[in-house]
Amino acid sequence: MARPGPTGPATAQPTRRGGWQRLRRDWTFVGPAGLIVLLLAVAAIPGLFAGFFGHGDPRACDLHSSQLGPRSGHPFGFDLQGCDVWANVVYGTQSSIAVGLLATAISGTIAVVLGTLAGFNGGWADWLISRLTEVFLGFPFLLAAIVVLNSIGQRTVLTVAVVLGLFGWPTMARLVRASVRQVRSLDYVLAARTMGLGTWRIVTRYVLANGLTPVLILATISIGTVIVAESSLTYLGIGLAPPAISWGLQIADGSRYFQTAPHMIVFPSLFLSLTVLSIIMLGEALRAAFDPKRLQ
Amino acid sequence: MAAAARWGKRLGGLAIVFLGVTFIIYLAVFALPGDPIRAFAGDRPLSESVVSALRAKYHLDDPLWRQYLDYLLGLFQGDLGQSFSGRPVAEQLANRWPVTVVLALTAWVLEIVFGLGLGVVAALKRGSLIDHGLLALTVLASCVPVFVLGVLSQQFFGVELGWLPVAGVRDGWPLSYILPASVIAVFGLSAVSRLMRGAMVENLEADYVRTVRAHGFGEGRIVGLHVMRNSLIPASTYLATDLGYLLGGSVIIEGIFNLPGVGNLLFDSIRAHEGPTVVGIATALIVVFLLTSVLVDALHALLDPRVRRG
Repeated sequence: MARPGPTGPATAQPTRRGGWQRLRRDWTFVGPAGLIVLLLAVAAIPGLFAGFFGHGDPRACDLHSSQLGPRSGHPFGFDLQGCDVWANVVYGTQSSIAVGLLATAISGTIAVVLGTLAGFNGGWADWLISRLTEVFLGFPFLLAAIVVLNSIGQRTVLTVAVVLGLFGWPTMARLVRASVRQVRSLDYVLAARTMGLGTWRIVTRYVLANGLTPVLILATISIGTVIVAESSLTYLGIGLAPPAISWGLQIADGSRYFQTAPHMIVFPSLFLSLTVLSIIMLGEALRAAFDPKRLQ
Repeated sequence: MAAAARWGKRLGGLAIVFLGVTFIIYLAVFALPGDPIRAFAGDRPLSESVVSALRAKYHLDDPLWRQYLDYLLGLFQGDLGQSFSGRPVAEQLANRWPVTVVLALTAWVLEIVFGLGLGVVAALKRGSLIDHGLLALTVLASCVPVFVLGVLSQQFFGVELGWLPVAGVRDGWPLSYILPASVIAVFGLSAVSRLMRGAMVENLEADYVRTVRAHGFGEGRIVGLHVMRNSLIPASTYLATDLGYLLGGSVIIEGIFNLPGVGNLLFDSIRAHEGPTVVGIATALIVVFLLTSVLVDALHALLDPRVRRG
């Protein structure tokens, strides 16, 4: 993983500013970034967007309208209970984004702490953390999450995010370790050490500040992965449960009535895919702009 | 000598990973809340004596480390344990694994044939319709969750058009497996073709290709013999790792298409709090996964002389 060479972070430094300048003119960055800002706004104040067509309450349902297709005032139609699909899809954004951000924050924090400990200290700490990382990489992420979530009675946005965060850190930790190791032996870190700066200050101000870019890019992509995992688990009946509003639940409901009411599954699937697509494209655009290997 | 030491170290690392993973799974299954005996009994009331007899039979009152040690001992004697409903876990696995293996191999062959094929064509005809189509497929595969793809294709090809069986394995191979295998393969297929395309493009512009071309060899021979062989390394590494994942069964796909494979058994066992079955399957999956990772290393050394020389 660690591949010290002529393209270390020392040379990445001057390209960083260039990266931002290129990004602002690159539609593969501006497009997804704009969509994500919009989605974040939807997640923060769903009420504003849900009421766009005049029927903003996701829980205002009328069984007379069950499974009715799109019509004026209800562009996405009605679900089985006769609730407005548009309002439900808008409110579903909140759970997905919340789980994605929270779980990634948890796994990112674990990854940075463990990765830095391993990469900066070396020795037995490195050995132990590396083995621990391998162990957690050894079994499928989804399987571990299913086992743990199954024994938790009350599954909320918080518990699902914590479980996904606790199992999602190994790849990121490896990356942190690799970039910390790379930065650790650079001259300016040695200079800081000879100046008598403490380890904590060196790590936070010098090592992490320069070694964190690849991790932030991976974390961006990881938000998308977590959102997919949450909706998959919810679809399997082991993630969020009603009365929570979630795309996974809507897709699970919709899959049973595809022939009579395809709109019930199509719209939440579309929103889910668009969200994941914009997050992953943003991550790829960042990677293309900042990855020194691609700049050669 | 150096190679022997490296392999020794590698196997030692595998042993640590194996012990760590099985222990964590064991902890997750048996230390977390949820009484397996109560779950097994369901709504039927069990008398105190039956409950305590069952607890004694499965050593549920022993300390956890003791249970884990017992489990490991059994494992080394080839015993995967017994489920709470009294069936040997090994027998349950033997019943379910064939379905998963057939599904995995079908998906894997699709990935090899279409992944490598598309990658080669896209690299040779850069900017063509196939090249752009491949990019679109990659985007699709990276953003549409596999369960959405599974449900939509099941409803569309199975229910709406009626071309393929909706669920189950009653129609046998290949009919019952085409749809689920294709859904699983889409993700790996796009990764394989992207890796193949990238490596081919890089190699087509490499100096040694120019040298071979200058020697007057035909284009077919250059591409077929030199470029393709050298470009196979990243894609084949990915394919070998992927086989390990595929053989583990897909909880989601087997669930959607109701295929009686390992993934389905695992999910049902987790829901039913069948601890011994969950741990047994997880152990078997980890062994498969670790074996494939060794295989990947060996394959890597075989294909890339630089790795072999270390």
